[in-house]
Order: sequence, then structure tokens, then C-alpha cells
Amino acid sequence: MATSMQVEVVSAEREIFSGEATMLVATGIAGDLGIMPNHTPLLTQLKPGDVRVFTESGEEQVIYVSGGILEVTPKVVTVLSDTALRAEDLDEAAALETQKRAQQALADKKADIEWAKARVELAQAAAQLAAIRKLKSRG
Amino acid sequence: MSGAKEIRGKIKSVQNTQKITKAMEMVAASKMRKAKDRMLAARPYAEKIRSVVAHMARANLEYRHPFTVERDVKRVGYIVVTSDRGLCGGLNTNLLRALVRDAADWDSKGTEIDIATIGSKAVGFLRRYGANVVSDVSHLGDHPNMVDLLGAIKVMLDAYMVGKIDRLYLASNEFVNTMTQAPVFKQVLPIERVEADADILPTHWDYLYEPESKVVLDTVLKRYVESQIYQGVVENFACEQSARMVAMKAATDNAGGLIDDLEMVYNKARQSAITQEISEIVGGAAAV
Repeated sequence: MATSMQVEVVSAEREIFSGEATMLVATGIAGDLGIMPNHTPLLTQLKPGDVRVFTESGEEQVIYVSGGILEVTPKVVTVLSDTALRAEDLDEAAALETQKRAQQALADKKADIEWAKARVELAQAAAQLAAIRKLKSRG
Repeated sequence: MSGAKEIRGKIKSVQNTQKITKAMEMVAASKMRKAKDRMLAARPYAEKIRSVVAHMARANLEYRHPFTVERDVKRVGYIVVTSDRGLCGGLNTNLLRALVRDAADWDSKGTEIDIATIGSKAVGFLRRYGANVVSDVSHLGDHPNMVDLLGAIKVMLDAYMVGKIDRLYLASNEFVNTMTQAPVFKQVLPIERVEADADILPTHWDYLYEPESKVVLDTVLKRYVESQIYQGVVENFACEQSARMVAMKAATDNAGGLIDDLEMVYNKARQSAITQEISEIVGGAAAV
């Protein structure tokens, strides 16, 4: 019977922990969980809180996660940590924000001016180039 | 000495431009290294969640999540990732051109398109093009965070859930190597069947789910989509920096060539002025 298990803690932006451990304690959505080697396969959501990993050498690693998913398979225990606190209404607000921005960008006349400005600059640059070419042919 | 002064002024101005492009090249090179690291750092999560999704596909679930169900395509959604700034060669142009081609394709089939943009270059272009832009995120800076993308992603996921769009693509640049970036269109929804790598799961296999399978499945699939899009954004950023580096290197080289040419013209003008002066003196002396 195995006395240790492979534990991987990752977030979308980076890998946080990877190594052997004898136990992992996390805050599941239905309550605290302790995972030991040979735990039955499990998939659960995590609440914001600490994930504590006990390594083979008896050290304890404490990793704060702002929610996420815990997967237990016969070989590997994986914690997929969220990168931020997630709540349905927060996401909703962010979504509304981006929609508003899109509408603004579509209605925005200032962007048209920028477009015109860019074209003027381009014309100037082209004229300069033409002048240089003329100078060159004269020499 | 006709024009000699003007030519000198021109040389000076080209030299200044060259200094700027050289500096931009070096900045882009260092940012690219960091961006590549970030791209690699995002990979473990993407791999892990992919394997979770694969495991779930193997599990005997009677419940089929809408994200995995293929529907008739009446309207498609695109999440278009571009850079916030220009001066990066043909990076954005190539992507947007490919997008326009795709859009024309759907159009000929009578399918409509909704677009969510990430990065400010896309929204400006698509507005002139007359596309239906439903959401926009830009100015993510040098460190794109997942949090900044969630809004744009949610708009599209919600549209998919209520049946407003029947398919979702991610349009972004793929980092082939420092010299090469290629626009790619990845189907995000419905999720294509993910095969588990030949690992050691038993054939009859299921998890214990907490709270219940539906809720967990929903979260996992959402995170999976989010991670794909985050990857696209991070990768696109690395593409932007390497494209800028290459473009600025070309600009620096061109400026060098231009300076050489101008110096040649300048020397010729100077030489001919001297020759003229001498012949004038000689002519004057002969007349005396």
C-alpha cells in the first residue's frame, strides 16, 4: 500500500506545487476534506481557503486558493486553483462592462478622428520618403 | 553646396528614428522572453484541466452538458485576440484578414457572426468592417490576468448557453517560433471530444462528485474553456513581442541602408561643390 501520492497544485497562470505528499487537506464545498493515498476517485469544488500539503519529510505546505477544483485519481491528486475570487454576480458585472465597452467603441466618433490622424501621418511619411528618393536621384 | 545642409538634416532625422527602432527592438526582445515564460507557466494548468475533462469523458455520466453537444449552426461566435499596440509587423493584419475570409465564408452559408474582441486593434478594425462586436476588453498591459478576460468569456458562454450562438471559435496567433507566428482558429465550443492519454484508468470508472455531478461538470468545463482562452491571450502576447522585435530589426536595418545612401549623396554633393569652386578659381586666374 502506497504511503505517498503525487500532488499537483496549479493555477491558470502558474504551477504552484508539485511533488510527493502523504496527506492533503482542503476546504471542499461540502466541508473540509483530508485526502490520503489510495483515496477513492473524487471530483469536488473547493471553497476559498487553505490547501495544506504534508510532504514526505513531514513538512507542511500551506497554499491559499480562492476556490477551484480538486481531482483525486488513483495516481495523482490535482488542485486546479482559481486565480481570483469567483462569484456569479462578479462575473456578470465584468461581462456587462465588456459589452458596454464594445458599444462605446462602436459608437465612438473619436476613433474616427484617430483614424484620420493616422492617415495624415502616413501621407506625411510617404511625402518624406518621396523627397528622399528625389534627393537621391539628383545626387 | 546645394542641398548639403538639407541632406545632413535628413541623415540626422533618420539616425534618430534608427535609435528609436533599435531601442524598441531590444525592449521587445526582453518582453518576449518574459512572455514566453508566462506562456510556459500557463501550460501545466491547461494540461491538468484537459486531463480532468478527458477523465470525465471516460466516466459514465448520463448527463450531457450543453458544451459538449453539437448543434445546427445558425450563428457563430468568435473571440478575437489582437495586440493593443501597433508596430508589430503584419501580426494583427494577418489575423484579421484570415478572420474576414472566415466571416465571408459563414456569410455565404447564411450564418451570422458575433465577435468578442480582446485587444484594441481588433475593435477598431471590426468597427470599420461593420462586424457585430458584442464585447470588448483591451489594454491588458504586459501581464494579462485571467480576471480581466472573464467578462469577455462570460458574454460568449452565456450567449452559447441560451442558444444565441451555436459555435465558438478562438482567433489568435500561434507562436511557432521567434520568426514565425501564424493566425489560428480554434473551436472552443462545443468542446471537441478530449481523449485521455493512455493512462491507467480502469474502464469502469467514475468519480464521487461533490456537490453533484452537474454542478461540478459545469464548473470544470467553464474553467477548461477559460484556460484555453487565457492560453490564447498569453501566446498572442508572446507573438506580439516577437513580431515587434522582428519588425523593428528590419526597420533598424532599413534605416542603416537609408543613412548609407544619404551619406553617399551628401559626399557627392560636397565633392561637386569643391570641384566647382576650384574650376571657378582656375577660370578666374586664367582670365587675369
